[in-house]
Amino acid sequence: MKLPIYLDYAATTPVDPRVAEAMMQCLTMDGTFGNPASRSHRFGWQAEELVDIARNNIADLVNADPREIVFTSGATESNNLAIKGAAKFYQKKGKHVITAKTEHKAVLDTCRELERQGFEVTYLDVLPNGLVDLNVLESAMRDDTVLVSIMHVNNEIGVVQDIEKIGELCRARKIVFHVDAAQSAGKLPIDLAELKVDLMSFSGHKIYGPKGIGALFVRRKPRIRLEAQMHGGGHERGFRSGTLAVHQIVGMGEAFRIAKEDMEKDTQHILELRARLWEGVKDIEEIYINGDDKHFVPGIFNISFNFVEGESLIMALKDMAVSSGSACTSASLEPSYVLRALGLTDELAHSSIRFSIGRFTTEEEIDHVIGQVNNAIGKLREMSPLWEMFKDGIDLNTIEWEAH
Amino acid sequence: MAYSDKVIDHYENPRNVGSFDKNDPSIATGMVGAPACGDVMKLQLKIDEAGIIEDAKFKTYGCGSAIASSSLVTEWVKGKSIEEAQKLSNTEIAEELALPPVKIHCSILAEDAIKAAIADYNSKK
Repeated sequence: MKLPIYLDYAATTPVDPRVAEAMMQCLTMDGTFGNPASRSHRFGWQAEELVDIARNNIADLVNADPREIVFTSGATESNNLAIKGAAKFYQKKGKHVITAKTEHKAVLDTCRELERQGFEVTYLDVLPNGLVDLNVLESAMRDDTVLVSIMHVNNEIGVVQDIEKIGELCRARKIVFHVDAAQSAGKLPIDLAELKVDLMSFSGHKIYGPKGIGALFVRRKPRIRLEAQMHGGGHERGFRSGTLAVHQIVGMGEAFRIAKEDMEKDTQHILELRARLWEGVKDIEEIYINGDDKHFVPGIFNISFNFVEGESLIMALKDMAVSSGSACTSASLEPSYVLRALGLTDELAHSSIRFSIGRFTTEEEIDHVIGQVNNAIGKLREMSPLWEMFKDGIDLNTIEWEAH
Repeated sequence: MAYSDKVIDHYENPRNVGSFDKNDPSIATGMVGAPACGDVMKLQLKIDEAGIIEDAKFKTYGCGSAIASSSLVTEWVKGKSIEEAQKLSNTEIAEELALPPVKIHCSILAEDAIKAAIADYNSKK
């Protein structure tokens, strides 16, 4: 077993060796290095063919038409293109956008930018399990609402939103519906022929493909239009100019092909490891799972260990790579805004650890993690004044703390 | 976050973790910080009749540098008089541990903990 153990698959994944192999065929003089936009020679035609195959593979995983797939530099760019592009194209109809407080920064910050440009944005509260309340969503919809953007799977807590029902609410009012599916593609079945989703963002590197590549699904029927955010040679049917990064696209295509082939196997494997991890830590007192116990992706497991601060916990968990909702591990001094939006107290938000399990995680690794988690919690609680007070039966809420 | 070897040493082998009976008149207790901010330090000093700090113990909820700052303080104050301990400043702590700028507040908290403990001791007299 190699240390440290990688348990941060929701941040990024290693490239699958099969993907790396396919990418390497697209770089050198001996490979397919041509510009797919070159129409006058074989180098261009061969590159275009590889891009077409990749586009088919991506469309296949989510049951879309390949002509509905637009390549971008990643899910952040896809979110930008979808949200700014749709809001601006449809702004004559209205200037109101709805999203949720637990969205990824790539969505929230894009919405903030729209606000600076004169749009009005509603940021929905979520239920304590992280789900958007459909009644709350419906009552936020107005005549001038042009876009709803709700993520499929939350990156911190793994909760799965009901995009089927949300799509229906949007379609009934002719509101464009965008879904950030960076964390769900390849992990959950997605059927865009059935779902009433108009725009969907994908990432390459969350599913064993390379970084720096993503895609946006743009529905053809009913046709969704966007204002381009990147201008130039009119690539990708004018939605996104710029020479196609063939090796990246081929990598993403191969990753999506493998994801479709292996989804059941991967899911089963990860579910078993998640259950094993839980079995090994569940007897620790005062721990809480963040998210929903029915609607979740197995790969993301977010647990709060009360009375232990997240960054010191990460230091104690030195044999593993995990992330924390603690303020100390982020650039800002606030704890995770996602956990705060669930209504968690600051202590619980500071005490959270996200374990994200993936295709290459092993039982042996999980067993090692269980041992280290148990030791770390024991050691840090021994050192924690809050744990001592809790054990003495003191209610921490009754104490007047001096904020600093 | 890349920590100095000293922070890691104090974090891995914290000195003087524990508690004294806070109702004992020779024990000074200072608790500073707030769970909402991610740091709570409890520092306890055992002070003899001559006003010398005989022993010190801490418990800290917080990041690695908060734990290291409080562990270091317990080492430093032992054997010092109240007046000497009162003069310990956060910059000395930050320098000794080579704390990065975003962690300076941990050393300030450790200094505050000493002051709070001494204030508690004085209020008991």
